[in-house]
Amino acid sequence: MAKLILRNKEFEVHAGMTLLSALKKINIVPESVIATKNGEMILEDEILKDGDVIKLIMVISGGSI
Amino acid sequence: MKCRKCGEKASVNMRQHKLALCKEHYLEWVPEQTERFIKKYDMFTKEEKILVAVSGGKDSLALWDILVRLGYQADGMYIGLGIDGGINYSDESRRLTEKFANEHNLKLHIVDVEKEYGQPIPVLATISHRGKGKPCAVCGLAKRHEMNRIARDLGYDVLATGHNLDDEAAVLFGNTLVWESEYLLRQGPVLPGRDGLARKVKPLCRFYEREMTAYSIARGIDYIYDECPYAEGSQSIYYKELLNQMETTRPGAKLTFYLRFLEARKSGDLFIEKNVEAAHLHPCPKCGQPTSTDDFCSFCRLIEKAAAQTAVQ
Repeated sequence: MAKLILRNKEFEVHAGMTLLSALKKINIVPESVIATKNGEMILEDEILKDGDVIKLIMVISGGSI
Repeated sequence: MKCRKCGEKASVNMRQHKLALCKEHYLEWVPEQTERFIKKYDMFTKEEKILVAVSGGKDSLALWDILVRLGYQADGMYIGLGIDGGINYSDESRRLTEKFANEHNLKLHIVDVEKEYGQPIPVLATISHRGKGKPCAVCGLAKRHEMNRIARDLGYDVLATGHNLDDEAAVLFGNTLVWESEYLLRQGPVLPGRDGLARKVKPLCRFYEREMTAYSIARGIDYIYDECPYAEGSQSIYYKELLNQMETTRPGAKLTFYLRFLEARKSGDLFIEKNVEAAHLHPCPKCGQPTSTDDFCSFCRLIEKAAAQTAVQ
C-alpha cells in the first residue's frame, strides 16, 4: 500500500497505480494539488510503490479538497 | 515524463503549454517568462523603483524572489492586519516575510494597521459594520489604501502584487457572471498610475497558481501555507475550484478564458472604454488619495467612525 497525506488526512491506496489514478480514487481534483515524495515533486504518471508516502500540497490556500 | 529541455525526469508538467520541465529548467523558465510578461505589458524597467506587496504567502514571496533574481530594484512591503484566527495568522505571515527579507538581505517596509490607526482589521470591520459579518471588505480597502500611501510617500514608481492567473480568472469569472462592466474594464495586468494613484502591476498574472506553488517548493521558499482564516468558504475560492474542475478535463481553459478577455478588452470589442475615462475622481480632503465619493475617501471615513466609536466606549 502507498499512503497519501493531505493536511491532517491520510489515504491509503494500492501500490502499482499511478498518482493520477490514486487522486481520482480518493476524489481529489488533480489540478488542486502538487504531490511530493521525499521532498521532491512528482508527476501524475508516477507509479506508486509499496511503502511510498506522498505528501499532497494544496494549490489553493484555504480551499477544500 | 521527461524534461523537454534535458530529457531528465520532469518535476513540473504544464498541460496548458504541453510542457514538462525538470526542477532546474523550471527554475530558469519561470523568471524568463516573467521577464517576457513584464516587457509585453510595459510594466516597468530596470531603472524604476518597485514596491512589492508581500503577504508571506507563496505568490508574493515568489514574485519578490523572481524580481530580485532578474535584477530589478524591488523592495517589499508587509501590512500587519492584526488577524489571529486561532493560528496566529498575521504574526506567522510577518515572521515568514521578515525571514525571507533577512535571508536575501532585502529592504522590507512594515505597516501595522493597529499601531497606525488604533484598531486591527477585524475590530475596524465590526465597528464600521462593513462587509456582512466578514472583515474582507475592510481588509481590502485598508490594504489598497496603505499600499498606495507607502508607494506614494516613499517615492516608488510602481506597486507590484503577486496575483496569479487563478486569482485573475476567478475575479473575471465572478464579474462576468453578473456583468460588472466597470470592473471588467478595469481588470488587467497593469492599472496605469494617475495623480495620487501609483501604477499597479501583476507580473505573475499569466502563471497558474499551481505553477507558483511549484516554484516556491522548488526554490525552498518558506511561505504561510494556511490561507487567511476569514477566506474559508469565500466566493473566490469557490470560483477557483470550479475553474480547476474545468481545467482538469480541458487543459488550458483558464488561460484561454483570461487571455481572450484581455484581447477582447484591448480591441474594444467588449465595452466602450470612455465609460472608465468618465469616472470622476478627486483628492480626499484628509489623506489626498483619489476618491469617487463627494467627501472623505472610504478609508478615512472608516477610521473616523472607528475613532468616534472608540471614544464613546
